[in-house]
Amino acid sequence: MADSSTAKNGVNVQALLDARDALTKAPAAAQFKWRAACEWKNGTHSHSTVESFYGLGAEQNRKTTFNFNADHPEVFASEDKGATPVEFVLVGLASCLTAGIAAVAQNRNIQLKSVTATIEGDMDIAGILGIDSEVRNGFKGITVKYKIDADAKPEDIEALVAQSQKRSAVYDIVTNPTNVTVLVN
Amino acid sequence: MNAVTTVIIGAGHAALAMSRCLAGRGIDHVLLERGEVAQSWRTERWDSLRLLTPNWQSRLPGFSYTGNDPDGYRTLPEVVDFIAGYAKWIAAPVRTHTTVTAVRNDGAGYLVRTDRGDWRCRTVVIAAGACNIARVPAFAAHIPPSVATLTAQSYRNSAQVADGGVLVVGASSSGTQIAQELQRSGRQVTLAVGEHIRAPRVYRGKDLEWWMDAAGVLDERYDQIDDITRARRVPSLQLAGTPDRSTLDLNALSAIGVKLTGRLAGITQDGKAQFSGSLRNMCAMSDLKMRRLLELLDEWARANGVDGTVGPPDRLPPTRVEDAPALGMDLVKSGIRTIVWASGYRPDYSWLELPVLDRKGYVTHDGGVVSAPGVYLMGMQFLRRRKSALIDGAGDDARDLSAHLAAYLDNAAPRLSA
Repeated sequence: MADSSTAKNGVNVQALLDARDALTKAPAAAQFKWRAACEWKNGTHSHSTVESFYGLGAEQNRKTTFNFNADHPEVFASEDKGATPVEFVLVGLASCLTAGIAAVAQNRNIQLKSVTATIEGDMDIAGILGIDSEVRNGFKGITVKYKIDADAKPEDIEALVAQSQKRSAVYDIVTNPTNVTVLVN
Repeated sequence: MNAVTTVIIGAGHAALAMSRCLAGRGIDHVLLERGEVAQSWRTERWDSLRLLTPNWQSRLPGFSYTGNDPDGYRTLPEVVDFIAGYAKWIAAPVRTHTTVTAVRNDGAGYLVRTDRGDWRCRTVVIAAGACNIARVPAFAAHIPPSVATLTAQSYRNSAQVADGGVLVVGASSSGTQIAQELQRSGRQVTLAVGEHIRAPRVYRGKDLEWWMDAAGVLDERYDQIDDITRARRVPSLQLAGTPDRSTLDLNALSAIGVKLTGRLAGITQDGKAQFSGSLRNMCAMSDLKMRRLLELLDEWARANGVDGTVGPPDRLPPTRVEDAPALGMDLVKSGIRTIVWASGYRPDYSWLELPVLDRKGYVTHDGGVVSAPGVYLMGMQFLRRRKSALIDGAGDDARDLSAHLAAYLDNAAPRLSA
């Protein structure tokens, strides 16, 4: 199928399909651990790095260490040295869905011309400020709006976006509960 | 039209404590009660319930326990007898089977409408209870029709509950007691655990309530607390009053087979319960709060020469949480036949036509002094003291608020004549 593909979205679908075959036969190699390290700087400013992960049965190192500054905007009397943590979640969701759209489009031989998303999360901060315990801390809802220009019928583009949600790790993370363990020292 | 200086709405222990204090000050009043004295205890509690506080601790103005079991915990009929006995002893002017339908300002004072005639009064005491309506979240609408629902208010005993699985939502004193009773009755219980306050029933040989009373924890005042809004929201201590004085915590429930999950976060349209992944954190927080309380009590014992008269300090083992608690559950496929909501209550002020409710429908007040002049509130969580919602807490609050009410009457226009 990949041989007959004329779409060039820059995703090596064959490599992904090969990986799927290989990992189906060696399920242990599909066990990944993603990591980040975070260090408090000052105020609400923290600096996180992403460097190594575990996967394919071995420790893996990136070519570069990725750096992320997180802070809060001045309306929270913070210094605005980075995006807020909840904005990182929005970035994570939008970029995960977008990567998925490119991969699925490549697999379906759909040529993408442009894909842009705007993502918005509604939040009542009465929860995080402890004003109202009945208001949840997290988003009340998230809306992602895609503008996609591609050589495909509108319904095929819709199916593309739907499939991307079905395969998205971050979509799953924000829509389903996860056991979280926080340890100290 | 009847006229009286003060109308007290309700005839539970808080209303009666206020009645006694007003009588002591010569202030004429009436108690309007929708049913009988101690109505909620008679009709809205489960059969096996016992008071969380020991017998000696139920003290009302001029009245206390005189039996031979001061360390025991009253059964439900004994609670009703105790409160009804108090009403009789103080000859409280109770109008039973009189439901208040409206309270409004009529210019000169207040008009209290009931299904048995109207009252005009100068002052109103709202003592209608904090637990009128069981809290049930909106997503309860997605519960499959084959699953029955009860609340801690409508649950009576296990005979009411179908054989099979039960999901109990909430792990404060009601939820843990109902979970224990249903698991012991042979049903598989899953308990959804959110914020809860763990406590040993007996510590260093003394009842936990003895410690909290002696060390002054229960007397902490609302105006000396850092964050009173938060303190008022703290769920009830995870305690049960049983003859063997055993501790009913999550470890005790796990030991008899109750399954623990995180807080119930939602029910999807196709009937899947979703549990928060916060169980470990909730348990760690609760263990931490318990240790802090016990450290405070140990410190008090050392400072007050009590150390030698009680047992040695000890600590319960941490709450056991399985490695990966369930995050989801298809209610029907998992065999859940009944959900019991033990997720708290809220008061019902549908009859209160005064501009005193906040945006969430709670009466705004300063230690029971309501923002409408001459209106008072009694019997709410941490109203004036940490013990305010206990039977033992009504007396001090009633003494304070009746003094405020009397001063209000003295400074304002003359009293209404009957």
